Amino acid sequence: MIIFSAKNVTKRYANHTALSNVSIDIPRQSIFGLLGPNGAGKTSFIRIINQITGPDEGELFFNNQKLNPKHIEQIGYLPEERGLYKKMKVGEQALYLAQLKGVKKHDALRKLKILFEKFEIEGWWNRKVEELSKGMQQKIQFIVTIIHEPDLLIFDEPFSGFDPINVNLLKEEILELQRSGSTIIFSTHNMASVEELCDNIALINNSHKILDGTVKEIKNRYKTNTYAITHEGMDAPIHTFLPGGAELISHEAYENGHRSVIKLMNNSNPNELLGTLLPHVTITGMQEIIPTMNEIFIETVNAAKSSGNKSLSNSALSNSALNNSTFSK
Amino acid sequence: MNKILLVIKREYLSRVQKKSFIIMTILGPILMAALFIVPVFLSQMSDEVKKVMILDETGWFHGKFENSDQFTFENIYTDLEAGKASLTEQGGYALVYIPRTEVAIPTSGMIYSNKQVNIDLKSYINNVMTKEVERQKLSAEIFKEINRNNPGALNIRGDSVTPESIRSSEIFKNIKTDITLTSIQIKEKGKEQKSYAEASMGVGMFAGILIYFFIFLFGAQVMRGVIEEKTSRIVEVIISSVKPFELMMGKIVGVALVGLTQFMLWVVLTLTIVAVFQASMPDTLKKTQETQVFDQGNRLPAGLDKAQTPEEEAPQNTVSLITEALGSIDYGVMIFSFLFYFLAGYLLYGAMFAAIGAAVDNETDTQQFMMPVTVPLILAIVMAQFVIRNPEGPIAFWFSMIPFTSPIIMMVRIPFGVPYWEIALSMGILTVTFIGAVWMAGRIYRTGILMYGKKVSYGELWKWLFYKG
Repeated sequence: MIIFSAKNVTKRYANHTALSNVSIDIPRQSIFGLLGPNGAGKTSFIRIINQITGPDEGELFFNNQKLNPKHIEQIGYLPEERGLYKKMKVGEQALYLAQLKGVKKHDALRKLKILFEKFEIEGWWNRKVEELSKGMQQKIQFIVTIIHEPDLLIFDEPFSGFDPINVNLLKEEILELQRSGSTIIFSTHNMASVEELCDNIALINNSHKILDGTVKEIKNRYKTNTYAITHEGMDAPIHTFLPGGAELISHEAYENGHRSVIKLMNNSNPNELLGTLLPHVTITGMQEIIPTMNEIFIETVNAAKSSGNKSLSNSALSNSALNNSTFSK
Repeated sequence: MNKILLVIKREYLSRVQKKSFIIMTILGPILMAALFIVPVFLSQMSDEVKKVMILDETGWFHGKFENSDQFTFENIYTDLEAGKASLTEQGGYALVYIPRTEVAIPTSGMIYSNKQVNIDLKSYINNVMTKEVERQKLSAEIFKEINRNNPGALNIRGDSVTPESIRSSEIFKNIKTDITLTSIQIKEKGKEQKSYAEASMGVGMFAGILIYFFIFLFGAQVMRGVIEEKTSRIVEVIISSVKPFELMMGKIVGVALVGLTQFMLWVVLTLTIVAVFQASMPDTLKKTQETQVFDQGNRLPAGLDKAQTPEEEAPQNTVSLITEALGSIDYGVMIFSFLFYFLAGYLLYGAMFAAIGAAVDNETDTQQFMMPVTVPLILAIVMAQFVIRNPEGPIAFWFSMIPFTSPIIMMVRIPFGVPYWEIALSMGILTVTFIGAVWMAGRIYRTGILMYGKKVSYGELWKWLFYKG
C-alpha cells in the first residue's frame, strides 16, 4: 500500500537542478528515511510534497489521487528551520496553527490540552514564545505538527536541539504515531536514528535518487560476506589456514584472545570457514559484519561522486572504502 | 477563504493588543484634542485690557456692563455706522450693538470686531444681557402675580408674595430668556473668497496627508510583519498550511483593518475628550460650541435683518464663511473617493511593501528597494503644494492619473470639484494597477519568503515573477 508516490519528478531553479527525474514510493504506515548530503534536494522534495512549490515535470500522488490542495490538511510538516511568532502567546499560537490546518477550534483546544500535558508544558499556555527555551519551542512545534492527526508526517531533523530525555520522548511519540496509522517521512543526517527508526529509505545525492528500498534489504545488499571471529589460541598465523579465496582483513591480539575479520568469497558460506578454523583455534564468537547506514551513506555518496554523479548499482561498490570505515572502531 | 480570515484575524488581533498600538491610540487623540483646546486657553491668557464699545439702542443695559481686568466698557450714543467707524478709529476691540426693538424685549445683539471675538467677552455679554432681561421680566411677573392674588394691595415690595406662590406659578418658565449674540468680523471685501478657497485647500490637504501617513505607517507594518515571519522562520510552517498569496493578502488586509480601527478610535476619542472638556469648563468651551452652532446655522436673529444695511451683507462671520465653503464640497463624492483612495492606495503600496519584505532578510537590507516606493509618495506630497494652487492644471491632471500619486493628488483636488470622468478614469487606472501590483507582489513574495542569505538584485526579482509555481 503506497501512501505517497512521486513519478519522474524534476525541479529546476534558475541556476541549478534540485531534483532530476526522481521517483519515490512511500509505503503506508512506514517510517521513511529521506537521506542525502546537504544541498542534495531533500528540502526541495519535501516542499513539493507540501505543495509549497510545484515540480517542473513529473507527477505526484497522495492516496492514489493526484496531489491537490485538499491534501494539505492530511500532511504535517516540521521544517528543519523552526520558528514561531515570538511575541505571540504559546496557546494562542498553537491554536492558530492548528486552525490553519483545518482543525475546528473546539477540537483543537481539547487535543492541545492533552498534548501539552503529555509533553509537560501545560503551564506555558499563556507565556510568550520568546520567554521559552529552545527545547520548549521545539516541543510546541512538534505538537502543532501532529495536532491535526495527519496521514503523512514529515519531520526534518526532528531531534536537533533536544536533550537525550526529550529525544526518547519524541522517538516514542513517533513510533506511537506510526502504530496508530500515520506514515512518517524522516529526513535526517543522524544515521543512528535512521537505523533505529526507519523501515525504508531513499538516498538523494546531487538531485538524483541513488538508492532506495527497505533498510533490511539495503543492508543485505551491501553486506560483503565478511565475518568477525573471536578466538583463543592460534598455532600458526591465521591467514595460513583460511579456506580458498577467503581474505584476512584484520587481526588483533588481546590479552585473552584474538579478533580476526575475514572476508569470504561470494559463493562460500560461513560454515566452511568454521570448518577450516576449528582444528586450529578455539572459537569463542562469530558475527557477520553488516554495514551500518552511516557506512552505506558515505560509501554510496562517495561512489556517486567519483563515477560522475551517475546513478549506480551496488556492484560499483568498492571494498576498500567499506573496510576502512568498518574497522576503524 | 476560511484560512484567509484566520490570517486576517491573527494579524489584526496581534497588532491591536500590542502596547505600542494602545499608547498610540491614547496619545493621538490627546494631541488632537490639545489642538482644539490650547488655542482657547491662549486666547484667554492675553493680559491686555480691551476697550469694548456699547451701542445700546434699547437703553436696557445702560451701566450694566462692569469693567474687569480684561475689558473696559464705554457707552456710545450714535448710529451703527458711526459706531463702526469710531471702533476702527479709536482702536477699540469690539462694538456691541443692541438694536432697538419696537414692542418686544431685546433678545439679540451683535458684536462687531476686527478680529475673531474673544469667547470670554461673548459669554460675559450674554450673561449680563440674560440676567438683566430676566430681572426685568421677573419684576413684571411679580407685579402680575400680586395683582392677581391681592387685587387691592399694590405693595411694590411684594410682601404678600410668598416664595411658594412664585414657585407654583409659571413665572420661571416665562422669564427664561435666550439671548442670541452674533459676532461679525469687519473685513474688507474680497476676503471671503479667500477663506472659501482656504477651506477647500484645508480639506484636500488634510485628506491627502492622511492617506500619505496611512500608506507609510501601515505599509511599513506589512513589510515588518513579512520580515518577522521570514527571520523567525515560521513562514515555512504557515505556507505548508495556506497559500503564500493567502498569507500575504491576509496580512495586508489585517493591517488595513488595524489602521482603520486606529483611525476610528482617534476620531471617537478626540471628540470624547473635547466633549468632556467642554462639560467641565462650561464657561469657556461650551460657549464656543453654542455660538458656533449658531454661527454655522448662519441664521440672523429675527428683527435684525431689517437693521442690516446692504453694505453689511458682504462682511460676514469667518466661521460661517468656512462653513459655507465646506458646505459647497460634494460630500458624497468626497467621502466615497476618500475611502476608495485610502484603501486602493494602501493596497497598491501594501503589496509593494510585502514584496520588499519577502525579498530581504532583515530590515537594514530594505533600503535598496524602498526607493521606488517612497519616491512617488514623497513626490506626491511635494506636488500637492503646487496642485492646491492650480487644481485644474496639467500637473494636477497627470499626477492624479498616475496611480502611484493619484491617491494623494486626487484627494487634494476633489474639494475644488473635479469632473466625474476624471475621477472615474483615475480610479480605473488605480484599480488595474493595484491588481497588477498584488499579482506581482504575490509572485515575488512566494519565491522570496523561502530565500535566505542572498542579497537580491532587481534583476533577480524580475526573474522571480516568471518562476513556475
